[in-house]
Amino acid sequence: MRQAAFRSYAFHIAVIAALFLLQYVLPAYHIGTFTRIMVYAVLAIGYNILFGYTGLMSLGHAMFFAAGAYGAGLSVYWLGFGPIAALLAGVASAFVVSLLAGIVVLRVSGVAFLIVTLMLAQAAFLATLYFNTITLGDQGIVLSLRPIEMAGLSFALSDPSVKYNVALAAFAFALLFSLWLLRSPFGRILIAVRENEARTKLLGYNTFLYRFWALVISGTLSGLSGALYCLLFAYVGASFASLQYSTLPLLYTLLGGTGVTLGPLAGTAIMYYLIDISSSFTSSYMIIVGAALLVITLWFPEGIGGWVRRFLRRKPA
Amino acid sequence: MITGPALLLALMEGAVGAAVLALTALGLSLVFGVMRVINIAHGEFVMLGAIIVWWCSAELLGAHPALGFLLALVMAPVVVGLIAMAADWLVLRRINYDPERTIVATMGLLYVIQQSVLMTYGPDARPIEPPVYFRIQLPWFGYSGYKLIVIALALLLLGITWLILSKSRIGLYMRATRLDAETAQAFGVPVRRVYASVFALGAMLAAVSGVLIAPIQQAHYLMGADPLLLSFIVVIVGGLGNLRGTLLAAALIGIGEGMIAVLFSPTLAKMIATLLVALVLIARPGGLMRESAP
Amino acid sequence: MTLLETRGLSRRYGGVTAVNDVSFRLEQGEIRSIIGPNGAGKTTFVSMICGRIPPSGGAVFFEDHDITNMSPWKRVMRGIVYTFQITSIYPKLTLRENVALAVQRRLTAKPGLHLSLSPDALDAAIDEALSAVGLNNEADRLAGVLPYGHQRLLELAMGLALKPSLLVLDEPTQGLAPGDIQPFCDLIRRTAKTSTILFIEHNLKVVLDLADRITVMDRGAILAEGTPAEIERHPAVQQAYLGD
Repeated sequence: MRQAAFRSYAFHIAVIAALFLLQYVLPAYHIGTFTRIMVYAVLAIGYNILFGYTGLMSLGHAMFFAAGAYGAGLSVYWLGFGPIAALLAGVASAFVVSLLAGIVVLRVSGVAFLIVTLMLAQAAFLATLYFNTITLGDQGIVLSLRPIEMAGLSFALSDPSVKYNVALAAFAFALLFSLWLLRSPFGRILIAVRENEARTKLLGYNTFLYRFWALVISGTLSGLSGALYCLLFAYVGASFASLQYSTLPLLYTLLGGTGVTLGPLAGTAIMYYLIDISSSFTSSYMIIVGAALLVITLWFPEGIGGWVRRFLRRKPA
Repeated sequence: MITGPALLLALMEGAVGAAVLALTALGLSLVFGVMRVINIAHGEFVMLGAIIVWWCSAELLGAHPALGFLLALVMAPVVVGLIAMAADWLVLRRINYDPERTIVATMGLLYVIQQSVLMTYGPDARPIEPPVYFRIQLPWFGYSGYKLIVIALALLLLGITWLILSKSRIGLYMRATRLDAETAQAFGVPVRRVYASVFALGAMLAAVSGVLIAPIQQAHYLMGADPLLLSFIVVIVGGLGNLRGTLLAAALIGIGEGMIAVLFSPTLAKMIATLLVALVLIARPGGLMRESAP
Repeated sequence: MTLLETRGLSRRYGGVTAVNDVSFRLEQGEIRSIIGPNGAGKTTFVSMICGRIPPSGGAVFFEDHDITNMSPWKRVMRGIVYTFQITSIYPKLTLRENVALAVQRRLTAKPGLHLSLSPDALDAAIDEALSAVGLNNEADRLAGVLPYGHQRLLELAMGLALKPSLLVLDEPTQGLAPGDIQPFCDLIRRTAKTSTILFIEHNLKVVLDLADRITVMDRGAILAEGTPAEIERHPAVQQAYLGD
């Protein structure tokens, strides 16, 4: 058992190391792409904690992503925060929004949970438009950021290589955190809630609290992704709160395989490239997202992770 | 300062919104009630209805706008009903109406429909001429006669739907399937066809409401989001699958939303509606979700 | 000493009264069986004791505390453990993980964050619980593939791993192979040294073999109560339940 834990950590760290080395091999364009993929993968990792492990499908993660993005962006624009303070502000605002959302959405279960998450996220989207004196609404805010000062060195966030490594650091944190969380006693209970909530309650667990904290952790990680996205690409706008940012993490997670720690990265990378390629042909590239959702539901419900897992199991040990 | 006439105007606008919302939300609620399916693409059916009005009136350019509108009133439910049946046949049936997977699938459907419209119809919002031009002159302001026709048509269609559900054989089948699909099947109810027709009927109701609002708003490929949000609010308040509750909630929320929209701002109206639902959920956990017979 | 007491406990569903004004006492260390025809309200009654169903009236006392409005998970923490009539386990997890969830609950009973657990303590307790029901050789199989009788034993192992002061079993021998029944009775008797046992049972042989006292329920009320010998002689019981 302990050996398995060691192997699992070693494997995940190897993936992170590979991503680190990738920046010395990839052409410039793909470095930019992979930066975005890693930032979105943090969103998907957050989503996976709630959906993949706890079994709660949310259609409203855009509100957490946007809370992180606006928390960071507005504090830079209106309060003149530096990048690190802004990142913390973004994560903190996503944490608060998750707490508030959790109190509301966990009152209901099943399909009502989906409806209420979507409803709240749409309201949050409308709020970003309504308070346009602060958020500048649809048009959004283009930020000018101070460099990160650290140990006497200065890192400009406009430098692609700095962006890449900041994104990688956040991704590595999110990945190892999710791995640790799911191997912890807490993670065991999340899975138990997903598999059989009634039983879990009668084993003495307050399942509401576990669902609640799973939601808060998931929302806060999604907010980290939003804050990073805003800071690395120096922009925040109402589109960050749109339905698209609730759909994408769902799609990434499904494609990568639910309840697999590396699933979100795989799903994000593949889907991102698919969208990226198709957007050079048509402005209606979101049709790829629709088609992918249909294809996955109809023919590929286990995603890449499930498929790999089955392949490994078939192999004689 | 809100004056009496302004309040009356707001009330009338609210009534128009409520009538159309009732049609849309009834469709969503019906589909959930019988099939246990939440259709995320429901708003896109509203949008398709509005786009079809534009096509019809563009095709018949030069003719009286009423002709195009009447044609759309027939065409939209037929076309959208067929699309919904195809979706049921090709997608929903294959995944056995599994609740979580249908949600993902209808989400996919949302993007496929929306983006197909973007490809063909384009990104512009286009105004549509109302079929009739007359104004009711009240002492304080003139009011569009078309909007009164919308209320009348919506009530008529709600009445027809009610008759279909309560008096016809298909309505009986739907009610039986709703109670227990397996038992209904055992008693010879063609459950599969019932599902296909219910999904189509739900979509048709949405499409008709799209036709009705097109001349008031404009036709745009992203216009499905608002009706979807409002219908969701309505079914949460009225009780998922509870048709009477849906209609009552649609009336209340439609009028309230419409009034705030006129007096303050449409965006604010939707935010307040959502926040109210959130507050109600906190006060009565799960209490709104009780299901009862239609 | 009285461990559990109910006073005037009732449960109505619409117009139907499933449990009607039941006052009941259970002494510490007892093995008590509840018998009665189908629909007598036995499962509803024990479900109110463990908090799965809220009562419509009356009160439940455990160790002299009113627990009527206590949530089910808090009751588990107080020592009331329930196994379902229809097996409720985690079919997609291994037996080890199933039992680990119960063990973890006991090891993390003290307030705190419990971000990690000693793997040794966890493993030892899991092995102990699985050995008690004879499933220790199947620890790494998925629970869902076990035969039904073994799933029931697994659920019992989860209950034992919580080290309950009151173990409530709902028809535990239903679905057990005939050869598994005697070992099961031995296990219950061993468990009774540290726990009080309340079980609903249809198999009269098991009831007469295990129970110190028997409560007979019929139509939502207690019809009779006494030692096995007294119950066997009770005329109303013979008529209503035991037949001729």
